[in-house]
Amino acid sequence: MSVGTPRGLASSGQKPITEIPHPLSAAEESLSPGPDVSISSGGEKDLELTNGTLVENSSPASASSTSTSALLSRLQKHVSTMETYITYRVSTKTTRIEFDLPEYSVRRRYQDFDWLRLKLEETQPTNLIPPLPEKFVMKGVVDRFSEEFVETRMKALDKFLKRVADHPVLSFNPHLNAFLTAKDLNKRQGLALLTKMGESVKHVAGGYKLRARPPEFNAMGEYLDTFSQKLGTIDRIAQRILREQSEYLTELREYASVYSSWAGSEEELQRPLEGVAGCVTTCCGALEDLSENMSQDFLPVLREYVLYTETMKNVLRKRDQSQAEYEGRLEAAVLRKQEDRTPMPLEVEKCQDKMECFNADLKADWERWQCNKRQDFKQLLIGMADKNINYYEKCQTAWESLVTVLQDKQTEDKTSETN
Amino acid sequence: MIMADSGSSEEAAVIGNTDITSAESENNIINTMVERGTSLLKKMEISVAEAEKRTGKNTVNMQETYTVYLIEIRQAESVTEGGTPAAPDTLWRRYSEFELLRTYLLITYPYIIIPPLPEKRAEFVWHKLSADNLDPDFVERRRVGLENFLLRVASHPVLSNDKIFFHFLTEEKGWREAVLDTGFQDKVDSRLKSLSAMLRVKTPDRRFTALKQYSDELNAVVSQLLRVRARVADRLYGVYKVHGNYGRVFSEWSAIEKEMGDGLQSAGHHMDTYAASIDDILEEEEHYADQLKEYLFYTDAVRSVCKKHELMQYELEMASQDLAYKKQQKEELVNGTVRIFSLKGMTSKLFGSESQEQRESRLSALEQSIEEGMEAVMEKNTECRDFVRAAWEDIERFKEQKDKDLREALISYAIMQISMCKKGIQVWSNAKECFNKM
Repeated sequence: MSVGTPRGLASSGQKPITEIPHPLSAAEESLSPGPDVSISSGGEKDLELTNGTLVENSSPASASSTSTSALLSRLQKHVSTMETYITYRVSTKTTRIEFDLPEYSVRRRYQDFDWLRLKLEETQPTNLIPPLPEKFVMKGVVDRFSEEFVETRMKALDKFLKRVADHPVLSFNPHLNAFLTAKDLNKRQGLALLTKMGESVKHVAGGYKLRARPPEFNAMGEYLDTFSQKLGTIDRIAQRILREQSEYLTELREYASVYSSWAGSEEELQRPLEGVAGCVTTCCGALEDLSENMSQDFLPVLREYVLYTETMKNVLRKRDQSQAEYEGRLEAAVLRKQEDRTPMPLEVEKCQDKMECFNADLKADWERWQCNKRQDFKQLLIGMADKNINYYEKCQTAWESLVTVLQDKQTEDKTSETN
Repeated sequence: MIMADSGSSEEAAVIGNTDITSAESENNIINTMVERGTSLLKKMEISVAEAEKRTGKNTVNMQETYTVYLIEIRQAESVTEGGTPAAPDTLWRRYSEFELLRTYLLITYPYIIIPPLPEKRAEFVWHKLSADNLDPDFVERRRVGLENFLLRVASHPVLSNDKIFFHFLTEEKGWREAVLDTGFQDKVDSRLKSLSAMLRVKTPDRRFTALKQYSDELNAVVSQLLRVRARVADRLYGVYKVHGNYGRVFSEWSAIEKEMGDGLQSAGHHMDTYAASIDDILEEEEHYADQLKEYLFYTDAVRSVCKKHELMQYELEMASQDLAYKKQQKEELVNGTVRIFSLKGMTSKLFGSESQEQRESRLSALEQSIEEGMEAVMEKNTECRDFVRAAWEDIERFKEQKDKDLREALISYAIMQISMCKKGIQVWSNAKECFNKM
């Protein structure tokens, strides 16, 4: 059994991995573009006094590269006395033959996404499954039904689906197909599988120690450790800056109001002082925008990568387990072979296949992940620079117009004096 | 009549210092107000060139460290005629000598808003700024402040002609003795005593009342502004410095990246630059705070003029009251009417009417007293009128100066903000370029 052609372990009945071209290659796009997915959210809240009227409008999160038309859907708030939850509208456009229709639109709630992710993890154990936004939020700190929270979560869910749909293996997973198309998800089936899966993981975990991890995976492990550490630091810095900015904003607002009140007791200086108060107020607004943009665009991406890195570490661990399992069985087999001179059992070969499969999948996913990470962080940091530049530009414009007004007034006074 | 005494000795001080009679003194005020060109600054250049730390023994023979400031004087003629400017006359002065000079001016020219000195101890500072009196940055800002004080006095139409001030600038030795010789300190005591007394002016001058109210308002709003500004500076400092942490983490992160490494590394440097840039920005802004502080301290000088006016008004009212009482006494005596609760009335009722002779001598004594009282009232009236005229002239001058200075300060503050924005845009654009290369 050669390492180069691992058998398709994925029990999804799809083409072997090797036959699926890389998603970034141009040829693939025209042949079988992944389902084009977009999400919008719908709120179903438990409210006693409201009826089912339409209360909000929302546009779906950004469409992916193959999208040709933008979708608009309405958010509906439903009354339910049993349970309160938000649903998200998932709209799909695709040209793939596995889909019966070119377009789908379904409603899904967070736990449906959770189900999908579990299914993917089960059926594609050797692949890196993108992370979902965290399920639990601090009660009291975050309002789960606030527009801001729903918006942020929707973006994260959208990102999750896009990453899955862009993946050369995951995008063919039948569970994804079901998630995107089925009116009602039959989730029970999955639960049985989950328990089985859990057992097998447990079994493996109690296995053998690794003999030697191939150096490239060692390097991955080290990279992930350092990266997640730096990511944590950046996240803390970003949050600290937001705190400092909000305290700065508080003082700046008072600063503006002191200028206004001073203007009230002056005659000649009234206009200049009001002008300064106006400028400081403009700067307050610009700062508010900056902080808001940073907390809505910057922090969630960091958060996603923290989770993504954890997921990556998990896959790496699972790979190690499969290597350990293989090595353990191989050792046992070799011992037996020495005694009985029997051929290598099929079981051992299966394990080797699994490991090879893991290695190949992980390497491919790793490359893809690195590539995504580079693009995402480039975009993220450029965004941060742009937001700061924009903030300073707004402040500069305000101060410049004030200086122009004040200096004009000054020269005016001077000429009237000499006349 | 202690009040009247202190008033006259005050005039004596003016005469003693400026060698002009009181009548001329008034003319002088008017003349100098018209001819602004006669200020000392036209004749000489004044600067406080440097500060130096010294250690010496103080009056109680204790070792102390203090700062002296070098005053440089250059005659204007020598600059224009000589081609190469002559070496300036220099002398050293301590902050306490500046204080003495100002106290002297404050007492001697009660109708003038005396320019304030820079603060003795740093106030309204944000946390990174040292409040240490010997801190080089503080000493430097005080040097600028003292120079500004000298320039303000030297350009003042009245103060610039003061001999003691000239002496302060030109002769290092014997100045302290010369100031004390003017006897201005005697007046400090009586003045302070009378100022501390509760004054109830019956008919206050509305202009001065309004001015006092304005200077109270200005004092309150500027000190609040300075306090908030210090807090704003603190927070802004925090925002910038926390960005500096990106510098470190980007640099550490760059070590594990291949394609992104270089871009991250150099972006990290730009974040370091960004964090460091706040030091210069806030140091420059401190100059703006100093400009505001000068006007905060000016409010005290304005209030001092108002208070002196109040005192003068009070003296005038007391004199008029006194005169009115005497006139009433005379009237009673002439008409023979006696106020019901008067003790004198009671005694005269008990012991019979006084003789005609007694009556007449009392009447003439009263008449003389009334004469004196009328003179006193007239004198006070003139004094008060002159004070108001001189003071109002200076107040007008001050208002003009204040509006002009503060407008300029606001403009330069706005320009500072623009330069801060430009710096910010520059740094973030540089960083963006690095991110683009990732």
